[in-house]
Amino acid sequence: MNVAARLVDIKKDYVLKSETVRALRGVTFEVPAGDYVAIMGPSGSGKSTLLNLLGCLDKPTHGQFFLGADDVARMTDDQLSYIRASRIGFVFQSYNLIQQYTVLENIEVPLLYQGRLTIKGRRRCRELAEMVGLGDRLGHRPTQLSGGQQQRVAIARSLVNDPYFILADEATGNLDSVTSEEILGMFERLNDEGRTIIMVTHEDDVAAHAKRIIRLRDGLLQTDRLNERRIRGRQTKADLELPVAAEVA
Amino acid sequence: MFLLRTFQLGMKSLLLHPMRSLLTVLGIFIGVASVIWLLAIGEGISQEAQRQIEGLGADNIIIRSIKPPNEVLGSSDAPIPYGLKREEFDMLVHTIPTIDFALPIREVRRTFTFDGRNEDGRLVGCTPEYFDVTRLVLDRGRVLSEADVDGRHNYCVLSSGIAQRLYPYQDPIGRRVFLSENKDYYEVIGVLQYRTPTAAIGGSLEAQDFNTDIYIPISTLRQRIGDFVYTRRGSSRTAEIVELNQITLRVKSVQQVRATADLVRKSLRVPDDTATKNSKLTLASAKGGKSAKTDGAYIESPPRLDVAVIVPEELLEQARLMKLMLLVVFGLVAAISLLVGGIGIMNIMLATVTERTREIGIRRALGATRMHIIMQFLVETISLSVVGGLTGILGGLLCPIVITGVRNLMYTYAANLMSSAPEFVERFQPQIVFFSLPLAFFISVIVGVVFGLYPAYRAAQMDPIEALRHE
Repeated sequence: MNVAARLVDIKKDYVLKSETVRALRGVTFEVPAGDYVAIMGPSGSGKSTLLNLLGCLDKPTHGQFFLGADDVARMTDDQLSYIRASRIGFVFQSYNLIQQYTVLENIEVPLLYQGRLTIKGRRRCRELAEMVGLGDRLGHRPTQLSGGQQQRVAIARSLVNDPYFILADEATGNLDSVTSEEILGMFERLNDEGRTIIMVTHEDDVAAHAKRIIRLRDGLLQTDRLNERRIRGRQTKADLELPVAAEVA
Repeated sequence: MFLLRTFQLGMKSLLLHPMRSLLTVLGIFIGVASVIWLLAIGEGISQEAQRQIEGLGADNIIIRSIKPPNEVLGSSDAPIPYGLKREEFDMLVHTIPTIDFALPIREVRRTFTFDGRNEDGRLVGCTPEYFDVTRLVLDRGRVLSEADVDGRHNYCVLSSGIAQRLYPYQDPIGRRVFLSENKDYYEVIGVLQYRTPTAAIGGSLEAQDFNTDIYIPISTLRQRIGDFVYTRRGSSRTAEIVELNQITLRVKSVQQVRATADLVRKSLRVPDDTATKNSKLTLASAKGGKSAKTDGAYIESPPRLDVAVIVPEELLEQARLMKLMLLVVFGLVAAISLLVGGIGIMNIMLATVTERTREIGIRRALGATRMHIIMQFLVETISLSVVGGLTGILGGLLCPIVITGVRNLMYTYAANLMSSAPEFVERFQPQIVFFSLPLAFFISVIVGVVFGLYPAYRAAQMDPIEALRHE
């Protein structure tokens, strides 16, 4: 699995009151496995649309989107559901945990919908909860946890299905700076372990943690470049052989 | 595994709003309990009716003399003879082959006296078979025999009520009862056990209290009292001429009852209740077309109105029909209450779906298909309705206990009110219909599915992106 996600000439139009809004006008890029990409852009740039497409919550009007070997752009609703359950790990701004479930049950949800809720799967959920430092709070409800803790549960949940990439949508938007740093540190650690991360954000500070920054403007890629600062800061690391991003649209 | 987990987690979601869930369950509870209650009450009513009819004997045909209304009798003191005649009894016995045996019965209201104690009651002239056909059981002594009838002995058999009141501290056997109106004595040869009175059936057969009767041979009654009976009750007096009050026919087999009854009606020219309209029509046309038809044509004599033929077998059929009607009416009522309960569930689930829009969005994002969402909400609705169904079944099983309890309370605290209530109220016992239990459970599940489908469908049709954005 060399390439986690590959987008080829993705276009997305919305029809609003007989007026067609062209949210994405041909976006092409590739996310190699193990990459850490930040997607940035002002509002109206097509950032949210791209996020929905990357998360397989929506289908593009035109173009191809390869997740692994499969083009998900033409899949049915049920197939997309399965792709979401098996290949994508979501981390949302507002955590989006299910309120009536405990920490452990929340982590189990993607497995439930894949039909893989086995004893082995549950053991893995427990391990993940311990990994994010919540091993002693398995039975707690989201309302009994702080924002940072909830986000850590969400991260554990996003990892439970061994996704092709983690899709983080403003994952630190609701957190104070100290907790934000903590969460971002966790993402970095995961990336160091080989996880692919796509992070949508509008904060430069957050984007600074990524290896690569894609900027959108008016539905097109504006820039796509390596994050020099981080790469230079981590030159001692072995994972420097990043493929240089594809052409800038 | 998925279903089990969904059920387990669905319960959690429901317990998040215990009060709301409880009220929703209550709707189904009432619906299911009412199904069981109404069926039990309907069954109780029809069983009671059936028991009374069966008390008459399904292979019997009862022919009774009916006293004509006063307008017909007129105000004159001269009584008009009416009712069954002895020759008709002989005719029936000799012409209808399917009759096993026939009982002639004559009843007179008399006052019985012993040792200064007076008791009003019925003096019944009958034959030995009477005790068997009417299911009267001997307590001690002996019943009437053929020899008593042939010999016109002045022997009598007492019912339990009369025996207790006339001879509270003595053995009545061998003692004599005095009939003041006839200045006549009868020797007691037997005492019967208590028999529960029968209620009136339809309009044709009045209620019979067997516990104020004295039975004597019908031949004795004819000889000593005769057909002309003059009764004085205080200032009022009545006179009547009746040969027989009742003929009870026992038919050889139950299958022949209907045919025999038709034959009896034809022989006695008694109109068939079920064909009353037709006979009236022919009667009217016969009257109207009299002048045209007189020449040579045979004109049937008008139907008799002073005799009624009661066929328990036919009454049973009517009772079955009544039961069916009760079932339909009660079923409708129960269906309405279930419908209301179901709408309650649907209402709550629609509210829940709206309230949990975001949760639905999260689930969809994490890989739930539309089917998963539908399943989730259906499981929750069905859980609610099944809990309602199970508790409803429990509530339904309490029906006999509650009814008996309430009745006892009523008798204790509203004795005056209850004393005027019909006897039926006192004896009525609801019968839980066994099939209503699985039926009620099944219905509750169906209600859950039917009324859960739409909210679940609504939930599944949500756009995950919109749902995730929902606050």
